[in-house]
Amino acid sequence: MIPASFDYVRPTTVGEAVQALSDGGDDAKLLAGGQSFIPVLRLRMGDPSLVVDLGGIAELRGVREEGDAIVVGAMTTHHDVTRDELLGRHVALIAEATRTVADPQVRHRGTLGGALAHADPAGDLAAPTLALDAELVVVGPSGERRVPASEFFEDYFTTAIGPTEILTAIRFPKYTGWGARYEKFNRVAQAWSIVAVAATVKVDGGKITDARIGLTNMAGTPVRARGVESALVGQSMSEETVRAAAQAAAEGTSPTSDADAGSDYREHLARVLTGRAVLAAAG
Amino acid sequence: MTTMDRPVQEIGRDRRRKEDRRLITGRTRWTDNQAITGLLHISIVRSPFAHADIKGIDTSAAKQVPGVVGVYTAADLGADAVQLPCAWPITKDMKAPQRPALAGGRVNFAGEGVAVVVARSAAIAKDAAELIEVDYAELDPVLDMEEALKEGATLVHPELGTNENAQWVFDSGEAGSGGSAAEAIAKAEKADDQVVVRRRFRQQRLVPVFMEPRSTVVDPTGEQLVMWSSTQIPHILKTMLALTLGLPENKVRVIAPDVGGGFGGKIAVAPEEVVTLLVARKLGKPVKWTETRSESLLTAHHGRDQIQDLTVSVTRDGKITGLDVKLIADMGAYLGLVGPGVPILGAFMFNAIYKIPAYRFDCTNVFTTKTLTDAYRGAGRPEATFGIERMMDEVALELGIEPMELRKRNWISHEEFPFTTVSTLTYDTGNYEAATDQAMAMFDYAGLRREQDERRKRGDVKQLGIGISTFTEMCGLAPSRVLGSLDYGAGGWETASIRMLPTGKAEVVVGVSPHGQGHETAFSQIVADKLGIPFDDVEILHGDTQSSYRGLDTYGSRSLAVGGIAMVKAAEKVIEKAKPIAAHMLEASEDDLEFTAGKFGVKGTDKGVGIADVALAVFAAHDYPEGIEPDIDAHATFDPENFSFPHGTHLCAVEVDTETGFVQLHRYVCVDDVGTVINPLIVEGQVHGGLAQGIAQALYEEAPYDESGTLLSGTLVDYTLPSAADLISFDTANTSTPSTTNPLGVKGVGEAGTIASTPAVVNAVLDAVRQYGVADIDMPTTPFRVWTAINSAKGTAGRGDEANVASPGAGLGSNVKDSSVKNQGGAL
Repeated sequence: MIPASFDYVRPTTVGEAVQALSDGGDDAKLLAGGQSFIPVLRLRMGDPSLVVDLGGIAELRGVREEGDAIVVGAMTTHHDVTRDELLGRHVALIAEATRTVADPQVRHRGTLGGALAHADPAGDLAAPTLALDAELVVVGPSGERRVPASEFFEDYFTTAIGPTEILTAIRFPKYTGWGARYEKFNRVAQAWSIVAVAATVKVDGGKITDARIGLTNMAGTPVRARGVESALVGQSMSEETVRAAAQAAAEGTSPTSDADAGSDYREHLARVLTGRAVLAAAG
Repeated sequence: MTTMDRPVQEIGRDRRRKEDRRLITGRTRWTDNQAITGLLHISIVRSPFAHADIKGIDTSAAKQVPGVVGVYTAADLGADAVQLPCAWPITKDMKAPQRPALAGGRVNFAGEGVAVVVARSAAIAKDAAELIEVDYAELDPVLDMEEALKEGATLVHPELGTNENAQWVFDSGEAGSGGSAAEAIAKAEKADDQVVVRRRFRQQRLVPVFMEPRSTVVDPTGEQLVMWSSTQIPHILKTMLALTLGLPENKVRVIAPDVGGGFGGKIAVAPEEVVTLLVARKLGKPVKWTETRSESLLTAHHGRDQIQDLTVSVTRDGKITGLDVKLIADMGAYLGLVGPGVPILGAFMFNAIYKIPAYRFDCTNVFTTKTLTDAYRGAGRPEATFGIERMMDEVALELGIEPMELRKRNWISHEEFPFTTVSTLTYDTGNYEAATDQAMAMFDYAGLRREQDERRKRGDVKQLGIGISTFTEMCGLAPSRVLGSLDYGAGGWETASIRMLPTGKAEVVVGVSPHGQGHETAFSQIVADKLGIPFDDVEILHGDTQSSYRGLDTYGSRSLAVGGIAMVKAAEKVIEKAKPIAAHMLEASEDDLEFTAGKFGVKGTDKGVGIADVALAVFAAHDYPEGIEPDIDAHATFDPENFSFPHGTHLCAVEVDTETGFVQLHRYVCVDDVGTVINPLIVEGQVHGGLAQGIAQALYEEAPYDESGTLLSGTLVDYTLPSAADLISFDTANTSTPSTTNPLGVKGVGEAGTIASTPAVVNAVLDAVRQYGVADIDMPTTPFRVWTAINSAKGTAGRGDEANVASPGAGLGSNVKDSSVKNQGGAL
């Protein structure tokens, strides 16, 4: 790897990191796990003047319970997310989706916060974060603010994080007892999603009582399939009703066309995969 | 351990590879690890355009960068005057453009080098390279092979007056090895009892994607110029560098250290190797070039890329009467070392394992403004095998004959060997029935057909498809006289030397050059058996033209079938030379000695001396017979009389998700006959790796270009390679009919899996979806393509009637009787 040259700092507190980012100017960039940023540097798709490495900030790692929320430090690795007991019990969807990210080596380096801040529309963690109505905790020079996931993802690779702000944590409401499934469709195991569907549902007495569904790579941002959600709620759990509800999955999406998939194929996949995801989540 | 208590035979043992410890623990030195005091690094500036005139190059900013030692254009180095070699002029009137080491006036493919930066570090060189401004005047790219051959097409090389490199024709009627295919097909068209089937298949462009990117270090400071290079062909490279650059061959030493894969992609005299050498000589300092993965994907030669038009005439009861093959093969912008000959190797393999009475092969090579193509695992033979094995399924479909049954009706039966084919090769041994019977049993062919039938009947979302490939290949390149008759620029012999050390150990110097095959292990097993010494006492030395001065390197599954035999011959010579000395030591007559298990024994007595004792005796040389030299080392060169012809039956079952188009491998069985097996573990590894690459052509890999001539798969994000997670556990087995063309009875195995597997997979995919009216799907059969094919076919054809699709064989899709019509003009 031969990136263009840059300055490098490795702060040990969030405050120092925010300061470094402010001092670094427009071309300062944050390094989390490097899952996407290292390739960007390697391919010289970016040439930051300063790289602020968040790897030395202990407070950004780990998962904890805070009342009704499970709070995940932004620098918690994918590997740790998949193994975390609290997340497994209360926010199964994020753990389920994280298991499909890249390969084991990358999951040991890549982080939840890094993936969400990168906001790749084909990335796997934004759709479940949106579906789960998470809050994203952002810290900047003027302090901390919380951004609802529905306002966090603005466009391709663009989020609500300001230029001198740092994503420090993700707060998930508890979905204890909900079924979850991330239905990922890609050509080979370590490729990006062509389309993927994050679904978590609550089933009570054979009826779907609540549902959250997010779509990956169906637009420049993750998309909430609210039409499917409302069509599901109150229905008896059956393949037929789920498939029927899933027909609304592509509503409000604007998928891209590329060599791997045309937009109509992506819309079709969204419907098929939504049906499968909900059935698996409910199963 | 002494030579006396060697208990086991090494040949046939599943020894773990002795080279793996150093390879997988990082205790080796790849070319890029060579650390030489004062080493300089280069970065090559490459054209972003497929076809453009170079109007000017501004190197001034780059030259100002601290740490930059020099910035050179082609003219500064004389690199534009170099003619990189093509060693295979396939016809007398072949059109060959000059291929420079760096482009001077015009670039002919995106990625071609135009300037080079030399600096104290690779990072500085890369930074400075980005500051070089090249003024290009864009020309029209030449991308479509058929368009390129038309009158008035834009010419890649206007000085050639055409985009056609050469046309190469074989006609069995003219050769006397069979009838005229044209006549056979014309006759069939008029006959009621015959059918003519025409199909067009597309062999997509692939990239070899070896694990270790290419790298070259040149040290010009000694008496001999030394080049380390990640190459498959150190010997050929040395000779070609001497011939190409006018260097005295005795002043050049080439070293291929451990090399991390090649698959044909490192059979080259690469422009970068020459540029590195030119820069090193200009500066008088050691210089290194190591490519990035993107550079590798963009500029290392590609493989395949053919349009195949096949015509088969066949009787209604399934006997093939004629085969006509018309190919167009994309050479890319220039000719590689053996590039033009690659599709020609297919001429001998389209007839495959079948008795075809009339055959014509007509290949036109064409230039385009793309990266050049050359050998890639199988080189010409996978393309041919794909063509004929896809065609056998198409013919079976037309005739309503079960596809394996059709093959049986046409293949060479085991009683007919040796068999001289319509393309003039003589297959020495083989038993297609035995391999097929075993494969069918392992696969549970009948059971899977039943399951396929059940899934169709119940309209399962996941439909099963079953694909067959019964293949053979010619390998062990090659008999020198055959290569001569094909105008190949070298012979096909191979050499080995055995040095018997005073302590009884052996150093074996080989002319073949491993890059992942496990030569050190397999060759040690052969030599250990032949000399009767322990496996661990044999050291295989390779890849350095100073120690191994004679060799033709590794490609075409030749290392064992040719190089291995040279080792056997050298071992025989060692024993021959040791015999009079042993007789002298034993005070016996040579006639009374027999050599077994490493020991010369006097017949009828328990007296004997080991080969190690003789080695020590000639080292001391205190007492040896008069008139002979005190030396039992030996050197042998083996020139095979014939190729070897491994064959096998590959059966693939896939599940096609009809809602998404996703193809999941369901079962893969192959039974390969590779003759005598030296090391079953290595054979299995070769087959597994080969299968992965062949399956990848069917399902995953493609190197496409956009309309401006830019490669769209410039990173491994875009060039889809499978990993273990995407493949299944393969069921492999071997039958063995030892080759009679070499004393070990071995046949090549390095390419077999790649050659055989691609059509098995595609046949399986189509078998699953023909019921919807799908006639063909281009490779790779991506989910998008499969889904699109199902959807568009459903719109026009509808489902076949249940009775037809339900019966095996007819279940191939007898509802698409008009598929020959649909197929005209190409696939989906």
